[in-house]
Amino acid sequence: MNRYLLQRLMLVIPTLAGVSLIIFTLMRLLPGDVVDILFGGDTQADQRTLDQIRENLGLNRPLAVQYLEWIGGFLSGNFGVSMRTGIPVAESIAQGMPVTLQLAVMAIVFACLFAIPLGIVAAVRRNGVTDMLTRIVGLIGLSFPAFWLATMFLLISSTMFRWTPPLGWVSPFVDFGRNMQIMLAPALLLALQPMAIIMRMTRASLLEVLRQDYIRTAYAKGLRDRAVLLRHALQNAFIPVLTVIGVQFGVLMGGSVIIEQIFSLPGIAFLLINGLYNRDYPVVQSTVLLLSLIFVLVNLAVDLLYSAVDPRIRYD
Amino acid sequence: MTSPSAITDARAGGLPLMRRRTSPLIAALRRNVPGLVGMAIIALVVLAALLAPVISPYSPTAQVSRRLLEPGAQYLLGTDEFGRDIFSRVIHGSRISLYVGAVSVSLALAFGGALGLIAGYVGGRVDTLLMRLVDMLFAIPSLVLAIVIAGLLGPSLTNAMIAIGIVYAPIYARLVRGEMLAVRNYAYIEAARAVGVRPVGLIVRHFLPNIAAPLIVQTSLLLSTAILAEAALSFLGLGAQPPDPSWGAMLGSGRRFMELTPWVAIAPGIAIVITVLGFNLLGDGLRDALDPRLRGST
Repeated sequence: MNRYLLQRLMLVIPTLAGVSLIIFTLMRLLPGDVVDILFGGDTQADQRTLDQIRENLGLNRPLAVQYLEWIGGFLSGNFGVSMRTGIPVAESIAQGMPVTLQLAVMAIVFACLFAIPLGIVAAVRRNGVTDMLTRIVGLIGLSFPAFWLATMFLLISSTMFRWTPPLGWVSPFVDFGRNMQIMLAPALLLALQPMAIIMRMTRASLLEVLRQDYIRTAYAKGLRDRAVLLRHALQNAFIPVLTVIGVQFGVLMGGSVIIEQIFSLPGIAFLLINGLYNRDYPVVQSTVLLLSLIFVLVNLAVDLLYSAVDPRIRYD
Repeated sequence: MTSPSAITDARAGGLPLMRRRTSPLIAALRRNVPGLVGMAIIALVVLAALLAPVISPYSPTAQVSRRLLEPGAQYLLGTDEFGRDIFSRVIHGSRISLYVGAVSVSLALAFGGALGLIAGYVGGRVDTLLMRLVDMLFAIPSLVLAIVIAGLLGPSLTNAMIAIGIVYAPIYARLVRGEMLAVRNYAYIEAARAVGVRPVGLIVRHFLPNIAAPLIVQTSLLLSTAILAEAALSFLGLGAQPPDPSWGAMLGSGRRFMELTPWVAIAPGIAIVITVLGFNLLGDGLRDALDPRLRGST
């Protein structure tokens, strides 16, 4: 186990190092920097002044130095300073990330709460009423874009019920009720697509397992349905489902960027998109790298759960 | 003397042979009701795209009336905030969605497929290196990466297509590599190699036909994802630019006026749902048809 853990951890580091290089390169590869954006239309601007600003921002140092300084800072929790506003990036992220993470976590929890039981029932009672219903719900979840559903939700709630979610985010630890008023609807809407995907995977995976010989053996030796399902089938069927849940968490962090915009939530969407428009390197680089870090760690946790669920996976 | 009818006969004779060759797919899909429904939906959307100038009563970009009119006889779905006919814009929007879907998925298939082919064919260090690269791209949440690339390239439809193509390329790379590894040890590949078939011939004539099925399924499902991604990027203002009638962009700009005329937001959304549903149904149907192991399991 320890060796597997170590191997798996060792893979995380080069992956994230690669991600940081990809983001850094992407940002520098494409033309235009923050100074161009700020003074883009200004023909009066004196070239020497612009050079001075670049000098102050450290934009004319060798790329390797810029990269090392950024990544070194990132590793010690210093995410840099916004080139546009001068606000430390860590501060902005500390404000936005809780909102985005709460949205993603709530959505994945809702998705699993609905998807896993429904997927199990659908597989066990294949072609029954629940199965048909889950198929339809699955297709709806896959085909309805969350940003449209969110728009429709706001349209209906405001025109028919004269209700709009309160503005201004409050931490759930400060005022849980108000936080839920703000976050419940966006989280549920965001949950629909991952719910469909997890449900379909649960059903498909369980059907596959239920066809195996050892399940027939379990029945043949006289075990009851419940015992076969709980002790033999589910444990094995759950492995691909776990993978999908891990992947969906990443999808949710991307999806929440759009939902945040619609519900005017102060998550990282605003930070990321404004950072992109302004070519604010530290803001975009640190935000994306942090999102990837969280995503990679979630998937690492999923992989480690595997080896707990399935003793065969120990990668020697 | 060969009469013209003999040629027709020969052709007629040739046809059943062709049909027999493709029959497993068509026959399986014929029994698959959802797959057929999906195909019908896509056919309708394609038809709408092809005949857009004929079907739509007005130009999609010209102001034809007063702003924000309710749906009526003259303007089926009303008008938007610039007095443009929403129905005409929705019909024309199918062109953008299908075009973006096709181009971005082709890009992903070309790049990702090539990476996967090389990794799976060459193996060894090249394989490890390429797959590490793929892992890195997978480590960035895909929509976040698409937003970053599209935002950096500058908001335009072309750049959105490039962004979506890059983001989905790793999916193909992993898929093609996995299939290549599964197929490469089969006896027929060894046999082909033994009789001296060259690498390119080996890949084109022996590998590709045998890994085509999962690629086709993935492509259909990815088309729906790509169309959704374009809508999302355009919704954020990073894709299609005004006055192009992209469904996502229509939704993005229309939602500010939806309390006055809800159709500015409802109509493009329904169009997205219908199109995406079509590709999802077809993808499921194809998977059932092409992969007997999974039949009925989705």
